[in-house]
Amino acid sequence: MHRFANPTRFLRLAAAVLPFSAAVAALCLGAGLVWGLFFAPPDYQQGDTVRIMFIHVPAAMMSMGVYAGMAIASAIALIWRHAVADLIAKASAPIGATFCFICLLTGSLWGKPMWGTWWVWDARLTSMLIMLFIYLGYMALWQAFDDQTKAARAAAILALVGAINLPIIKFSVEWWNTLHQPASLITMSGPKIHASLLWPLLLMIVGFGAYYLTVLIYRVRAEIHMRRTRMLRLAQADRHAAMQAAE
Amino acid sequence: MSWGGSMSEFLSMGGYGFFVWTSWGVGAVLMIGLLIQSIAAARSAAREVQAIEQLSPRRRRRKADAE
Repeated sequence: MHRFANPTRFLRLAAAVLPFSAAVAALCLGAGLVWGLFFAPPDYQQGDTVRIMFIHVPAAMMSMGVYAGMAIASAIALIWRHAVADLIAKASAPIGATFCFICLLTGSLWGKPMWGTWWVWDARLTSMLIMLFIYLGYMALWQAFDDQTKAARAAAILALVGAINLPIIKFSVEWWNTLHQPASLITMSGPKIHASLLWPLLLMIVGFGAYYLTVLIYRVRAEIHMRRTRMLRLAQADRHAAMQAAE
Repeated sequence: MSWGGSMSEFLSMGGYGFFVWTSWGVGAVLMIGLLIQSIAAARSAAREVQAIEQLSPRRRRRKADAE
């Protein structure tokens, strides 16, 4: 882990991973799209609306997975002052927020024809909406400080406190009586989805994961460059001030 | 194949076309948009750091970076 606290080394590793993550994302999302829209059969109860699942479920899983990654990276940044971890957390937030928004929107578009309502304040939907707000709050907090070290610290603490929401989202469908259905993919007795729908779903999940990695690499790259630019600017200003003092 | 072969039948999605296509459409637009924005941000940040490195007197230790 500490090997990759060196930004140069991290950039080199990221450049090596990028072609693979991009290829996996393009192949899995492309295959999942064709399979999910053209070849998967309509559900016997939900008809063609079940095709919304291929976007909704991967977006939901990844929005939670990205949050977990963000919280772990934040903890690493807080405890070991790891020089790249806070940038990984910062770069993850807009991706996780996008997944979270897609999950809520597609859920709404699925709820209207199947439940007869765009939205209900049940535990699953509400806890998911709270996660979107935590993502947005986390991004706003980074912008609220001029001092990036302070911003990283405050944002990391918010990310860790907000992680309490993750088990609440996961178990909301069991702890409370929700309109949202209980888990059908990750259960004690294995997936409860028919293979004809399960395979395109798994493709999409892998595709979303690889997409996250790809976008994350670009965003961390931007953050590392921007931090170096800031450092060089400060050094330049210092030299300028020293020169003026000498005159 | 789950649809009879006609385009309009496919697009109608059993009457749920609006819900299915809006879901996939908005998802695709947001994810492609985020990807493009991230690539552009990485490129402009790389250009900026290169420009300021040229103005800085102490050049980077090329040997240490190459290892």
